[in-house]
Amino acid sequence: MRSAPIRPSEITPEHVYLSRRRFIAGGAALTLGGVGAHALSEDWLTGRGFRPGAPIEGEDTTPIEYATAYNNFYEFGTDKDDPARYAHEMTVDPWSVEVAGEVAKPGKLGIEDLLANVDLEERVYRLRCVEAWSMVIPWIGFPVKALLDRFEPTGAAKFVEFTTLHRPDEMRGQRSFFSGIDWPYVEALRLDEAYHPLAILAVGMYGNVLPNQNGAPLRLVVPWKYGFKSIKSIVRIRLTRRRPGTTWNMLQPREYGFYANVNPTVDHPRWSQASERRLPSTLFSPNRIETRMFNGYEEVASLYADMDLRRNY
Amino acid sequence: MTASDARYRWAQATVIALLCAPLAILAWDFVREIRQPGVAFGPDPAETIVRYLGEWAIRILLATLAVSPVARLLGRPRLVRYRRTFGLAAFSYAVVHFTGYLVLLAGLDAGTFLADFVERPYITVGLAALVLLVPLAVTSTRRWQRRLARNWRRLHRLVYAIGVLACIHLLWLSKGDYMDAALYGGILALLLGERLARYTKRLRERGVHET
Repeated sequence: MRSAPIRPSEITPEHVYLSRRRFIAGGAALTLGGVGAHALSEDWLTGRGFRPGAPIEGEDTTPIEYATAYNNFYEFGTDKDDPARYAHEMTVDPWSVEVAGEVAKPGKLGIEDLLANVDLEERVYRLRCVEAWSMVIPWIGFPVKALLDRFEPTGAAKFVEFTTLHRPDEMRGQRSFFSGIDWPYVEALRLDEAYHPLAILAVGMYGNVLPNQNGAPLRLVVPWKYGFKSIKSIVRIRLTRRRPGTTWNMLQPREYGFYANVNPTVDHPRWSQASERRLPSTLFSPNRIETRMFNGYEEVASLYADMDLRRNY
Repeated sequence: MTASDARYRWAQATVIALLCAPLAILAWDFVREIRQPGVAFGPDPAETIVRYLGEWAIRILLATLAVSPVARLLGRPRLVRYRRTFGLAAFSYAVVHFTGYLVLLAGLDAGTFLADFVERPYITVGLAALVLLVPLAVTSTRRWQRRLARNWRRLHRLVYAIGVLACIHLLWLSKGDYMDAALYGGILALLLGERLARYTKRLRERGVHET
């Protein structure tokens, strides 16, 4: 059937797939699920190393074969299995990121230069999609602040805007005539949100570099917000004085707020946000759990102390 | 039994088998999924199954609407005999689609369903389409056809409204990408447009005769 996720064996060369199976069986180091060249190689990550993170107590980490085969990355199509199927068409090597706007030292750097001085660490985070499903994913990354500081934001900077690669040749979703989205994909945070220590830029997951379908080589992860805020495959970061227009918010402002903080008391107009299905669910159990305010990351509440979160959803 | 009767029965059996095929594939995937969770439907089986059934319900509904124009186009009016089979299949898929939603997504929880029904317009519209299909399914027999006589045709024109509701249901579900909604909506517009064109032509011809 069309919407059934494809088997890992269809998206991954067999030797990689088999070695992944061995990993799952034996717990040994694994070869990642994404195919195609990585801007950041496994060797790069091995060389860099990262500080391991603790799992979330009482919550299972989502198996890698689900986290890498069930994705929303509309640049490659709207079905959940489209990204795993088509993201290998995206070239991620070479890759550079431009930092512009309200910064003292704007510039465009190759990804390896950009990451030269950051300390990598693992963070096991809940990922709550606005569609009311969730996963638990071990990311490898570093605080957004570590990157921004290097470019010296000016006092006028109030927001950070992130832009995804726009390359219709390699991203079939961007070629789709029926897409309502005005590419490229843009997301943004208030600067104090971006500076919160929980907000990270990720370069890896599950102990390895990011597969393309998960946003290689560099993506944002903001665990207290709905997943669409955590923009993938970033090529441009711009600091601004005014709030930038963001993709889903511009498309459907009533459905997707700028803040998009996980909030069980504010429903999406088309479905409830009070609960979520923690994936994988099974045929006989939707695995429905209560959604928690800020996705359980209540330490960010002070960022929104004076705001009415029903209006600023 | 004449040779043509036998042919008709074989053809009818084939049509039924074809219309059941998506359900058979689903049943097979169900067995695979039970043996090894995740294998057939991925991490979100409920969503995958409900969507699959919904897609087939709308496809077969549109196929039902296409039977009579195709019969006219091919100049083989007897093909209309298969329309009832298509219509009943569309109804069956819609019922299983709704049941799948109730059991797998709403978890048979009346509160969840009622909240969805009241607050989610796409669910309201989808259910309305299903409810309107019920009288058509019930009156699909020859006996009802005879009993209702002229009113049977009038009643069964409801299927046009049902097609529109089904497409609205799909459109309201869509996020960011309108390909499916545009595709099915486009086919529906074509099928309804053809009927409208015939209707206005008939009206005009009648007008000519009267003057």
